[in-house]
Amino acid sequence: MRYAARDVSSRRGTGLASIWRYSLAGLGLAALLVGIVAAVYLTLPQSASGPDTSRSKKTANGLFVASFEPERGVIRQGELQSWLLTLKTAAGVPVEGAAITVSGGMPQHDHGLPTSPQATDYLGEGRYRIDGVKFTMSGWWQLRFAISAAAGSDSVVFNVVL
Amino acid sequence: MRRLASVMSLLVLAALALLGGCGGPQFSDAEKKTIASLALNTLPSLKPDTTNRYADVPAAAALGSTLFFDVGMSRDGTVSCSTCHKIDRQFQDDLPQAVGVSRTNRRTMPLAGVARNPWFFWDGRRDSLWAQALTPLENPLEQAGNRAAFAHYIKKRFGERYERIFGPLPDLSTVPANASPLGGDAEKAAWNAMPAGQQEDVNRVYANIGKAIAAFERSIEPAQTRFDRFAIDLATGAAPQGDAAFSPEEILGLKLFIGKANCVTCHNGPRFTDNSFHNTGVPPVNGLPLDRGRVDAVAQVEADPFNCLGKFRDGDESACRELRFMVKDGPQIVRAYKTPSLRGAASRPPYMHAGQFSSLDEVVAHYSRAPPAVEGVSEVHPLDLSDRERTALVAFLKTLSE
Repeated sequence: MRYAARDVSSRRGTGLASIWRYSLAGLGLAALLVGIVAAVYLTLPQSASGPDTSRSKKTANGLFVASFEPERGVIRQGELQSWLLTLKTAAGVPVEGAAITVSGGMPQHDHGLPTSPQATDYLGEGRYRIDGVKFTMSGWWQLRFAISAAAGSDSVVFNVVL
Repeated sequence: MRRLASVMSLLVLAALALLGGCGGPQFSDAEKKTIASLALNTLPSLKPDTTNRYADVPAAAALGSTLFFDVGMSRDGTVSCSTCHKIDRQFQDDLPQAVGVSRTNRRTMPLAGVARNPWFFWDGRRDSLWAQALTPLENPLEQAGNRAAFAHYIKKRFGERYERIFGPLPDLSTVPANASPLGGDAEKAAWNAMPAGQQEDVNRVYANIGKAIAAFERSIEPAQTRFDRFAIDLATGAAPQGDAAFSPEEILGLKLFIGKANCVTCHNGPRFTDNSFHNTGVPPVNGLPLDRGRVDAVAQVEADPFNCLGKFRDGDESACRELRFMVKDGPQIVRAYKTPSLRGAASRPPYMHAGQFSSLDEVVAHYSRAPPAVEGVSEVHPLDLSDRERTALVAFLKTLSE
């Protein structure tokens, strides 16, 4: 019974069948397009939506402009490194005699830093050596500096993505 | 019309096949980069240990080797370093907890690449290889000796070899046969009765014993594995030959290891360790003393007279940054233990700091389930891996032992 019915329909409507095939092919193409767009979207670099990784920024309340750079220029995962935190006032005057405390961690892993970095030396011109920085894994790290100087107290967070 | 439709269908099929990866690259560029970072050929050469000026002196390594295998280096003459660190078993003992003079509460760690560690023991309670080597010598459960007895023993058995490396031995004629600040009551009393200069003399000989053993242990390095051959071929674009070719299951396991299963987060670099401490919710063992991991080791390493900041360090204090900048408190170090290297792990069960798991299947099942920690907070989250995925991860781990 079923065989007979299908046979009749295919013989009866060649035109209808062609339209059916075209719609199928169209659907396939549409699905393919959606797939490609999705694949491209998913593999795009995520930097656009990632954390702000700028190395120089205003502190939270705008008291200082802070810059944070690895002392030797490159970040090496798994090694104890020293970084330089440079502090200037909004007017560009180097901040001297600042008391600095460091904290941080990995927001996505819910854990703190593997070491306790400290401001160990003042190098002049608003530059402070932050020693004992170690990034033990790749991913998004945050370093938060609480800064206290003659101009007042403020804080700043730097994001480092390895 | 039919032809057009057929062509369209073929195109769609071809496109789907490409997207599905049939014949396409097996690893993304990011995955390739991660795989390359795990290969043994990225392991840098061993840095000098400036805290041990004998670290690369061959005669010191030779004496260290003798001491490492010498059962005379124990209270009852039956236990040496090699009792637990067995040379033909990756320098470990296959036991859930090490057994020296008595049973300890921790799994013996293998020694391949040990000189590259910033911290020693599962909890990092020592900060140098030579300070580590001294600890089992006086642990009543391990070699159970005391430093005065070791100094006498060195003079009697290895005096000439010692003096050729370290210079003249001190006068030990008035040093008690048994004395140590860490021993039993009688040994402590004998130690406390010694003049400060004599205590320092004995401590100096004792530190040198550790420095000789450390010099020997620096030669114990990880060996190339199937994974490393696979990784080199992948990096150079060569088709893996012979056993360097991975099965589909091993490839899936590797992809999970560096991807969905997040193993590489901590097991990173050519030694598959971040050299740090993590609470991963590993359960305690019934019948063993309370064990809180890293949080209790901080005070121990700070109090150790043989730590980097102590007077027995060679070189300057700039070598002590790990100790100086260590995390001393906070919830993250409660029941936190060192990330072990995974090289050779598949052929040395049982696993974890007290041998809690008897197979890699159990280890992977633990990380997939990620139960909460009994104390502190576990850093791992449930993965809900399928049976096939767990088996694949174990298959990949085995390539680090072959």
